[in-house]
Amino acid sequence: MTALILDTITKSFPSAEGPVRVLDGLSLQIAPGSAHALTGDSGSGKSTLLHIAAGLEPAQSGRVLVAGTDLSAQDDAGRAALRRGSLGLIFQQFNLIPSLSVAANLAFQARLAGRHDAAFTDHLADRLGLADLRARYPEQLSGGQQQRVAIGRCLAARPALVLADEPTGNLDEGTGDTVLDLMLELTAEAGAALLLVTHSPRLAARCDHRHHLRAGRLEGGA
Amino acid sequence: MTRIALTALMSHWVRNWLQLAMLLAGLALATALWSGVQALNSEARSAYATAESLLAEGTAERLDHPSGQIAQDRYITLRRAGWQVSPVVEGRHTLGSARVTLVGIEPLTAPQGAGPALAAQDLNAFFAGRAFAHPQTITEIGAHDLDLHPSDAVPVGTVLLDIGRAQEMLDTEALSYLHLLQTQPAGMRPLDTLAPDLRRVPAGEGAELGGLTDSFHLNLTAFGLLAFAVGLFIVHSSVGLAFEQRRAMFRTLRALGLPLRTLTACLAAEMLVFALIAGVVGLVLGHLLASFLMPDVALTLRGLYGAPVPGVLQFNPIWAASGLAMTLGGAALAGAQALWRLWHLPILAPAQPRAWARASARGMRLQGGVALALAVLAIALTLGGDGLLTGFGLLAAALLAAALAVPLVLAALLRLAQRGARGPVAEWFWADSRQNMPRLSLALMALMLALAANIGVGTMVASFRATFIDWLDLRLAAELNVMPASAQEAAALHPYLSDRADAVLPMMRVDATLKGQPGQIYAMKDHASFRDNWPLIDPVPDAWDRLAAGEGVLVNEQLYRRAGLQSGADTLDLPGVGALPVLGAYADYGNPLAQAVLTLPQFQAAYPDAPVRQFAIRTSDAAGLTASLQEEFGLSSAQITDQAHARDLSMSIFERTFVITRALNVLTLSVAALALFAALVTLAGMRLAQLAPLWALGLTARRLAGLELARALVLGALTMVLALPVGLMLAQVLLSVINVQAFGWRLPLQVFPADWARLALWAMLAVLAAASLPALQLARQGPADLLRVFSRDR
Amino acid sequence: MQHNLAKPAIHAAALAFGLALAPASLPAQGFAGLGTDAEGFAIPQRGTALQFPADHGPHPEYRIEWWYLTATLSDADGQDYGVQWTLFRSALAPQEDEGWDSPQVWMGHAGLTTAEQHFSAERFARGGIGQAGVTADPFVAHIDDWHMTSHAEEGADALDHLQVHARGGDFSYDLEFIAEGPLVPQGDAGYSVKSPQGQASYYYSQPFYTVSGTLDLPDGPVKVTGQGWLDREWSSQPLAEDQAGWDWVSLSFDDGHRMMGFQLRGTEVFTAGTWITPDGTPTPLPDGAVQFTPLHHTRIDGRDVPTHWRIEWAEQDLSIETEPLNPNAWMDLSISYWEGPLRFDGSHSGRGYLEMTGY
Repeated sequence: MTALILDTITKSFPSAEGPVRVLDGLSLQIAPGSAHALTGDSGSGKSTLLHIAAGLEPAQSGRVLVAGTDLSAQDDAGRAALRRGSLGLIFQQFNLIPSLSVAANLAFQARLAGRHDAAFTDHLADRLGLADLRARYPEQLSGGQQQRVAIGRCLAARPALVLADEPTGNLDEGTGDTVLDLMLELTAEAGAALLLVTHSPRLAARCDHRHHLRAGRLEGGA
Repeated sequence: MTRIALTALMSHWVRNWLQLAMLLAGLALATALWSGVQALNSEARSAYATAESLLAEGTAERLDHPSGQIAQDRYITLRRAGWQVSPVVEGRHTLGSARVTLVGIEPLTAPQGAGPALAAQDLNAFFAGRAFAHPQTITEIGAHDLDLHPSDAVPVGTVLLDIGRAQEMLDTEALSYLHLLQTQPAGMRPLDTLAPDLRRVPAGEGAELGGLTDSFHLNLTAFGLLAFAVGLFIVHSSVGLAFEQRRAMFRTLRALGLPLRTLTACLAAEMLVFALIAGVVGLVLGHLLASFLMPDVALTLRGLYGAPVPGVLQFNPIWAASGLAMTLGGAALAGAQALWRLWHLPILAPAQPRAWARASARGMRLQGGVALALAVLAIALTLGGDGLLTGFGLLAAALLAAALAVPLVLAALLRLAQRGARGPVAEWFWADSRQNMPRLSLALMALMLALAANIGVGTMVASFRATFIDWLDLRLAAELNVMPASAQEAAALHPYLSDRADAVLPMMRVDATLKGQPGQIYAMKDHASFRDNWPLIDPVPDAWDRLAAGEGVLVNEQLYRRAGLQSGADTLDLPGVGALPVLGAYADYGNPLAQAVLTLPQFQAAYPDAPVRQFAIRTSDAAGLTASLQEEFGLSSAQITDQAHARDLSMSIFERTFVITRALNVLTLSVAALALFAALVTLAGMRLAQLAPLWALGLTARRLAGLELARALVLGALTMVLALPVGLMLAQVLLSVINVQAFGWRLPLQVFPADWARLALWAMLAVLAAASLPALQLARQGPADLLRVFSRDR
Repeated sequence: MQHNLAKPAIHAAALAFGLALAPASLPAQGFAGLGTDAEGFAIPQRGTALQFPADHGPHPEYRIEWWYLTATLSDADGQDYGVQWTLFRSALAPQEDEGWDSPQVWMGHAGLTTAEQHFSAERFARGGIGQAGVTADPFVAHIDDWHMTSHAEEGADALDHLQVHARGGDFSYDLEFIAEGPLVPQGDAGYSVKSPQGQASYYYSQPFYTVSGTLDLPDGPVKVTGQGWLDREWSSQPLAEDQAGWDWVSLSFDDGHRMMGFQLRGTEVFTAGTWITPDGTPTPLPDGAVQFTPLHHTRIDGRDVPTHWRIEWAEQDLSIETEPLNPNAWMDLSISYWEGPLRFDGSHSGRGYLEMTGY
């Protein structure tokens, strides 16, 4: 089953000069286990595309299918359930729940999705180098460590599709590369599809598929 | 530069206007409640001063007789012996539609005072019958045929007039007492030999209104202070949050070259302006509040102590100034911490949202220590203390200890709940509640205090009420009470009544100083009405028989407790009788004076001149007897009181007594709810960043809002549970310490769970009201607002 | 200056007396309100014979009345003293009623002057209740414990022998007054004119007392002897409206003569007096016969009081100058005035009493 299908999506935002069409009949398909990078200039609509894919924002027209489920047919609760069960979201910052420990954060989404596997979570934590940090709280971690927890939490729930919005944007280059490597590696290991939004061609180059967003449509990739 | 800095600082409030509104509302309400209570107190106190300066400024002594009467020729005798005394006649009289106290003075010989000064305005008219009364009293009197002039110098409920006119209206030829002028010539025969039966009442005694009502005012003040403290909680939390939120702005401003001194001054100026605005609003509200409550306070004081307090409030600039000073002081206190932190904030301190929380963990330990110390102090006061102020000290320490312990106990409870939680959302719910405790703790402490005060005072009042009703039913055993207008009428009534009623119990009393306290001695006829209906405290065996045999006295509980008497062991000195053993004590609620009871024959032997003030009548035909009394003796309906009427009257006085307490209780709870609301509203802005990840992880905004609401309710409910034992402790202290000290009676604690349930319901409603606006905002939050969290740098 | 303790509500009392407190500020009212109109009150009539003992008693139908005793005294060491004992009656209405309904108000003034000190005291009382009053027969005048009681023998005039007592905060006296001559009517057989417009009072005196008794002073009791003078006067409107006050003297000459003289200070000065021979024969002195000239003023409480006088009666070549025992003999009471003993010298010498009101 295709992890994500975006079918002729349009989205526009109101502005002083009338509506600005950010996404203009955009279509995209992501196969299970494949890694896609989405690049584009600032304001080109990369994040909007990601938000629409995650059901966080509605499209004006077009269809979004996540793991075979049509988002436009779902109400808010249905979309939330899809986020819990099939999606993994990683943002530039504010990924973690500040009141929960690293261990609780790691297990959180898997438990929400009802497929918590302690051994798998521990395995992920080991792989992410978080084994010794499990009792800590988010504010006691460095940015890189926080992002690793976010990745671990996302993958522990075994999502069909991981959506990452500039996950290393807040990190220095070295740390960012390490985190990105781990993310790509573990996503592939878990068999999840990945859509990575980034402004950096260097990072995009590490994905199998690359798309460039310009004037509301995708260029290149496939 | 200062202006630019101020503009930047103020921009925060423009964006967070609700937070500003809370800050101002908190300060204004705190000021309103405090200054309102102070206005009530100062109005009442000035009324006492009016009452005391009416007849004699300063400290004129009195000469009085235990019977309450002095024959007029005794006055002439003393004057002709050279003693400078001035006669006064006092008595209750129905004038128009009001029952008033007539005070008749002799202005030529009177010591200097407001009364003689009024008389001097036109002595000819005064001698001819001109009278003076408070404008309110004139209104209450309504139609009358007196030459009655209004004057604020006359206490409420009093009519001042010439002694001759007063004697006429009161149908007496006697005097009530004599003023003994402060300076006397030398060389006269001493009063001891000239008038051994007259009692020289030291200055101040007899004008003991101030002393008697102190406890009432202390009560009000305590409430005012509690409300003020609760209001300051609001201010403190608003100021603290604003500081947190503007931390980045402070950093930026300083990095841009604004000196720390200027920044601090700007913040202090901002606080000052807010305090002034809120203070003025608070004063207006306080005055309105006091005006609204004044009639009830006046009725309470009149009912409980007979204190003449007008029901109308006057504006007093000193009161306003002190109220404003209190506001500024409170604002300074609430803002001091923020300023201190600003002063110590490193210029490049990183944004550390959790740093505050961690610092507050240290604070928590400190808070726990202080709570413990206060608890120890409260226990020490319980064991070793005595006196009204100690009682209030004990209360203050115990309440503060309990309040400080609230966040600690709540945190512990939440940790416990978290441990027992199943499922990630539940775990998060408890963990998140715990994490936000420091920000809500002040509001929750305020809520706990308000709830505890409510439970405590409510339990006290309800306990008192239950005890009072039982007692009243027993006390009002007589079917009819008849008040003779004069000694002649009493003499005529007695045989008439004896022929027609099952029993006639004449009530006589004389004033006396008992164990150094102003008091009264009553006569009691040996009758089953008393034996059956007066349960005695600590009676000796066969107390009633021994009383009937003239072998001792009964005393009221007030005297018994204040003087530390012990039945069977102690004696009581009665003027004209000597020392008699104390046989027991009886409950005598609502009476500020000491009281002793003698058997009738013994009383009549000792005080043959004492008039019968009232007949209590046992009869099976109250209506018939009333009719025949009115017909045959022309008694007015005011002179005859039946059982039901007396009961209604007593109950209405009782209910009035606590109207003010209840009103303040409700207001305090409202302020606490507002404190919670303020805390939740200000928190809501910061909560978004904490909630957005959950939303992204698949919890709907609606569900999150529901959880927020649930959190507030859970915290409110836990606080209510905590408040329960604290409230009961408060009630126990009120009943067994404060009441004994203030009124002289100890009451059994009774619990009224239905009242608690009602309070819990109200509290939950208050919490729900406080939490629903922020929750509603969250539920309505569009995805855009939530998404912005992920892309906005703090 | 020492004066009364036990001050009552002074203003009330003074007003009760129907007298204005500050005569200087109310010149139109005359001193102490004595110039108010007499509506409802009886008016003295010329030619009315005085009746004794009835006229020793009160006349409630008249507005104002007094029993006024002064004495010039000396102790064994030759120290001079002066004593005043006065009972005033003032009526709010021209009648007497029982009890508190009585419209009569009483005021007592007592003064005691030494060379260094002046003591004064006052008492107030309502009539009708027995606190103060006067009975003609047997004669007693009293207010509180102050009294003037007749001890005269059967058949003699009641005022021939009096016991007098008064007490203030720091002084008291007990004196016996024995008359050595007859009662003397003033003016026209007791009708004393006070102004050119004809205001008048009934006025008689007993100027021939010898006095003995004890003064109680802060330093202890002092035995004294001397001479005394009683004035009895009642009226309803004794002063004209423009009259602000008076200067009055009673003089005892070394040769046994007595003289009373006063001037009423109005737009015009009105004087009157009586020359009394040692056997009690009075000669009324008409307006202008006696002349009062102030010689020296004393500053007392912001007032300039003429305490030294030249008094002249040109017809008899009488010209004397008076010297007060104590120039500060100010009666600082609810109604205040100067009253004290004096000695005089010049064409004649002797002792006397000076009263000055309206300063």
